[in-house]
Formats: sequence, C-alpha cells, structure tokens
Amino acid sequence: MKEQKDKSKKDESIIKDATGGDYKYGFVTDIDTHVIPVGLNEDVVRYISRTKGEPEWLLDFRLKAFRHWQTLAMPRWAHLDIPEIDYQSISYYAAPKTKPSPGSMDDVDPELRRTFDKLGIPLEEQMRLSGVAVDAVMDSVSVKTTYRDRLAELGVIFCSISEAVKDYPDLVKKYLGTVVSYRDNFFAALNSAVFSDGSFVYIPKGVRCPMELSTYFRINAANTGQFERTLIVADDDAYVSYLEGCTAPMRDENQLHAAIVEIIVEDRAEVKYSTVQNWYPGDKDGNGGIYNFVTKRGLCRGDFSKLSWTQVETGSAITWKYPSCVLQGDNSIGEFYSVAVTNNHQQADTGTKMIHIGKNSRSTIVSKGISAGFSQNSYRGAVKIAKNATGCRNFTQCDSLLLSDTCGAHTFPYIDVQNESSIVEHEATTSKINEDQLFYCNQRGIPTEDAVGLIVNGYAKEVMSKLPMEFAVEAQKLLQISLEGSVG
Amino acid sequence: MLDIKNLHAEIGGKEILKGINLTVRPGEVHAIMGPNGSGKSTLSAVLTGNPAYKVTEGEVTFYGKNLLEMSPEDRSHEGIFLSFQYPVEIPGVSMVNFMRAALNAKRKYYNQDPLSASDFLKLMREKRAIVQLDNKLASRSVNEGFSGGEKKRNEIFQMAVLEPRLSILDETDSGLDIDALRIVAEGVNKLKTDNNATIVITHYQRLLDYIKPDVVHVLYKGRIVKTAGPELALELEERGYDWIKEEVDNAK
Repeated sequence: MKEQKDKSKKDESIIKDATGGDYKYGFVTDIDTHVIPVGLNEDVVRYISRTKGEPEWLLDFRLKAFRHWQTLAMPRWAHLDIPEIDYQSISYYAAPKTKPSPGSMDDVDPELRRTFDKLGIPLEEQMRLSGVAVDAVMDSVSVKTTYRDRLAELGVIFCSISEAVKDYPDLVKKYLGTVVSYRDNFFAALNSAVFSDGSFVYIPKGVRCPMELSTYFRINAANTGQFERTLIVADDDAYVSYLEGCTAPMRDENQLHAAIVEIIVEDRAEVKYSTVQNWYPGDKDGNGGIYNFVTKRGLCRGDFSKLSWTQVETGSAITWKYPSCVLQGDNSIGEFYSVAVTNNHQQADTGTKMIHIGKNSRSTIVSKGISAGFSQNSYRGAVKIAKNATGCRNFTQCDSLLLSDTCGAHTFPYIDVQNESSIVEHEATTSKINEDQLFYCNQRGIPTEDAVGLIVNGYAKEVMSKLPMEFAVEAQKLLQISLEGSVG
Repeated sequence: MLDIKNLHAEIGGKEILKGINLTVRPGEVHAIMGPNGSGKSTLSAVLTGNPAYKVTEGEVTFYGKNLLEMSPEDRSHEGIFLSFQYPVEIPGVSMVNFMRAALNAKRKYYNQDPLSASDFLKLMREKRAIVQLDNKLASRSVNEGFSGGEKKRNEIFQMAVLEPRLSILDETDSGLDIDALRIVAEGVNKLKTDNNATIVITHYQRLLDYIKPDVVHVLYKGRIVKTAGPELALELEERGYDWIKEEVDNAK
C-alpha cells in the first residue's frame, strides 16, 4: 500500500521536475542590441530594406508583399487555439550592435561568440565538428558563417541571405519567391515584407557538397519577431544535406517566428533538409513560448530530382508548419519524415503537402506524433495527384503516441487523386504508452524516465535514423528531455 | 535470502494472495505449482513490484532489506529477476540498447562506471552462447517478431547478463516445444550456483524434469497448502490437483 503511494508520489515529482522549465537554452545574452520601435507600416519596411542596403527590386518585392498582407486575415483553419496577435506591438528588426561581418572571426563580438559556445555551436572552425559548416543567426542578422572559403573552392555558395543579395543579386532575384510566393498565405506575406536574415545556399551543377551545411537560429531580444528567410538551390546533379536548429530565451510573453524556406531542386539533384526545432515551448502552465508559423516548400523542378524533409519538433508554444514538396519533374521524389512532440500546453498542427505534377513521381510520408500533458498534436497532410501525373505513388504512415489522458492527437489527411494509374496508401495508428512495457523495463532495472526515453526513441526510430549522424544523438537526447516525467 | 511472511495482495479490490509464507535460501530451487488462478503469477508480480497489484498485509525481506518498500528497478538491482510469462515487445528498441540501459542502470546503482562498448559487446556474445541465441536476434527490437521459444530464450539471456541472486521463472515452459524447453532449462542450469536461488512457477511437471527442484509447493486459493520434496511434483503429474483441492476445501 505504502509502496503504491510512494510510487505515485515519485511519478508526480518527476513530472514536476521535468515540466518545471528544464529548458537549458533559456538564458538571455546581455548585448547591446539595436531594436527598432514596435509597429509595422511601409516606413518600417523601407527602413529594413535601407538598413540592409538593398537594391530597388527587393524593396518593391517587400512593399508588394506588405500591401498584400494588409488585405489578409490570420488563418484560423488549423486545429490550434491562437490568441489574438497584435502585429503593431512587435518590433520587426533587432540587431546586436556590433558590426556584423560574418566573414572574419576576429570581428565577431566576444559576447556573441560566448553565446553560441554556450549553445554548443562554436564559431571557430577548428572547434566545429569536422564536416559541418554553420551560419549563425541572432535575432535579425547573421553573425558568422564558417567554412565559406573551403566551400567556395568548389563553387558552393553558403552565406547569409543579406550578403547573397549584395554578392549574387542575379541568383537571388531569379529564385526568391518562386516557390513560396508572397501571395501564398498570411505569414508568407508578412515574412516577404519584413524578412531579415537567413541562409542562402547554391550548389553548382554536378557538385556534391562535401560537408553538412547548417544554420542556427537564435532569438535573443525581447518583444521582437524573427522573420528569417532561407533559399537553397541545387543545380543539376548536385547534392546537399542541410540542417537547421533553433532556440530562444525563456520569457513570459510569446514571441513570433514566421520564416520561409524555399528550395529548388533541378535535374537529378538531391536536397536533404533536416530540422531540430527547439524553440522555447513556454512554461508548464502554458505561459510564454514561441509561436512558430513557418512556410517551408521545395520545388522538385528537375526530372529525377529528390527532396527529403526530416523534422524533429519539440519546442514552440504553437507550431503551424507544413514542409511540402511540389513534384514537378518526371520521376521526382518527395519525402517527409517527422517526429512532433508536444507536452504541457503546447499545440502543434504540422504535416506536409505532396503535390504530384510530374509523371511517375513518388512520395513517402512518415509522421510520428507524441503527445503528453495537456497538449494538442495534429497531423495535417495533403496528397494531390494531378490529372496528367500518371504512374505516381504515395505512401503515408501516420502514427500517434499518447502519454497522458489529457492530451489530444488528431489526424487530418486530405487526398485528391485525379488519375487512375496512381496509387495512394495511407496507414494510421494511435497507441498509448503501455504500462506492461514500462514495468518490463523497470524489472530489468531501467527507471521509468529512462524507459520512456527508450520507448519513445524506439517509436520514433524510423524518423530519427534519417537525421545526419552528427545530430542524431543530440536529437535523441532532446526527445527524452522534452518528455521527461510525462508518464504518470 | 528471501523471507515472505503472511503476504496478502489484491488487484482491483480482489484479494488474490491470502497469507503466503515462504523462505528461500541461497543454492535452492523452489517449484511453485498449482491450478490456474491460484495466485502463482500474482506472487511473482508482487515480489517484483508490479504497480497493478496492491500489498495489503504481510512482509517480505530480501537479504534483510524490506523488499516491499523498494521500487521495481531497485529490486532488480538488488538481484531479483523475473522471466516473464508473456515478455512484452518494445518496437524500435534494439536488444543491444535495451540491455546496455539495463546493465548500466545496475552498475550506476553500485557506483560503477558504465561498461565500455567493446566490453559490453563481448559480454553479450558470451551470454548469448548460454541459450544459443542468434546474433541476429540480439540486434532486433526487444521481443518484436520473436517466436514463443525465442522470447523465452531471450528472457534467460537477459538473466545471464544481469546475474540475479534470485530468479523467478513464471511459466517459462508455456508455449515451448520440447527442444526449446531443453535449451531454456539447460541455460537456467548453467547459471545455477551455490549463491543464487530459483523459483520455478509452473503448472506442469514437464519443466521439472530438466530443472530439478529441492522443494515443491502447491499454491491454491492464495495460500501454500502443501510443501514437500520433488516427489510431490510427480504425484501431481499423476493425480492432478483435484485431491489437493478436496483436502483443502474439506478441511474448512
């Protein structure tokens, strides 16, 4: 009897420990930051463009987007309870007050260097995991991009998008907004108007990028939004593996992050895009945390091109995100592998769209949702096969794992097939973490917390195994930390 | 090593164990037999701390320590091992990872450093041989897609790795063909020393042809109603349980 009580008491305290804000990236860097006054109007858009020294065509692009945004209302169709956001109370540009010159290490402010060290992203090249180049972005600007020279020898361009606008204007102009138009949706229009930094990647014809490219996004300043923009182009027969990571300080108010990622994949080229999303999720009562409203889309324009999205989503108070593939080239391939974890009061509505336009194009969707606490976790996915896209295939597997009686898991699949020769398969399961499994682990000496970690990582293995080696271990730990003590 | 005194336990408000007394010493093999529903599996669950069961009365000490106050994982670290009647599947978790987590948790309990990867793999190889477990099985997910015999061999393999002081084999013979039964029993016998003990829970005499008990108990309606030498198992095989049931029920 006593033992029973002790056990439930222990479980309760584990839950408290784990959900009591064990977010290890929640610190704030004390650095002099230039933050423009809150509010959004044409002057702010012009100011951002001028500060970045942009050409006329880009200012036009921003203004068109802004004017369009003003005609739109925030989308409400997702299974999310989004509080009213006052877009006039956010500052749209914040830059650490040091001269950002991502080229040279000596110019990086020591405080910024320490910040990224603390996050496990050392900016000194010799310190990095060999084989990974990093673009580090704090608030609205890129702080440093490593290994640029070595990559340049191969013709690979890896730099901040602001520099790309200056140094490679033709490339940026050719591709920017071609996959995600500013007219695409509310957040895409907002981003197109005020986007600040992000990464630009160009892999020339026939080049296999020899190292992982990664961008690390950090929100630091308060009351600001982060609106980054990433553009990746893989020319014919090129290959690149790209990884994105993100964290933010713990704050009681919510902060907005509305990014756009555009990817263009030409003939026979391949892009692997992996995300480990660990924005501050808010506290255990649902106060604070990042609103992560992101539009990510890739265009498989070339025949036999391939785009693979892998995401491990553990952070953010609210996530609204559907990394998608437009499979325009014949025989092109789209993949989406996702693990989305929600705990406490987090909400996630995430999934993908696979748009089959090219003949014999194929897509695979594997989504693993894990919900705990009072969270809501939805998979939303669309598979569309156009009339002339004959011989296409899609396989979708969509699993949900529930760790509490108070959370919700939902699945919203949309399937639209316009021809007879294509095959679409959809499998879905929902399961609860099994007490017999936990006891089996306990009997072998494995404590409940570790057992949950093992079981959850086992459940998510199919997706985790798609991550680049260097990050798989980190992601596994993150999964475990996000759920620590969530089984009572 | 194990002293059970007047143990009562229930599940969902229904009393299953109604005053169990049992003493097990190092080097001994005890068989617990009895008809279906007599409480055999409940006893193994209670001894290992399965939270589904509630102890309402009595005490259990293991080497002088109060077992009932320990968490299931600490009981495991102290050296109690249960070979499950129905081993569960854990999809996506490889046997190697599972056993490394188990072994390192135990080493942590005794303030030892985790085993190095090479020492661990060497240990796995050695122990695998005891139950003739295929290398491929060890790299597959825990019990996933294992046959009945493979699951039971896998239990004994885990027992070999963890080197318990007291092993409880819960209906280890169920669902085994005669070859698998022999391999499993041989594995158990190889692990036998003067310092460890085994409780074999079984419905049939069959397993006891291979694992020779020192003492045989009959459990009926939540109590041990008869204790004798190995000859009792043979008698039960021949006469069934009815005569014992009658003896007990008439005595009331």
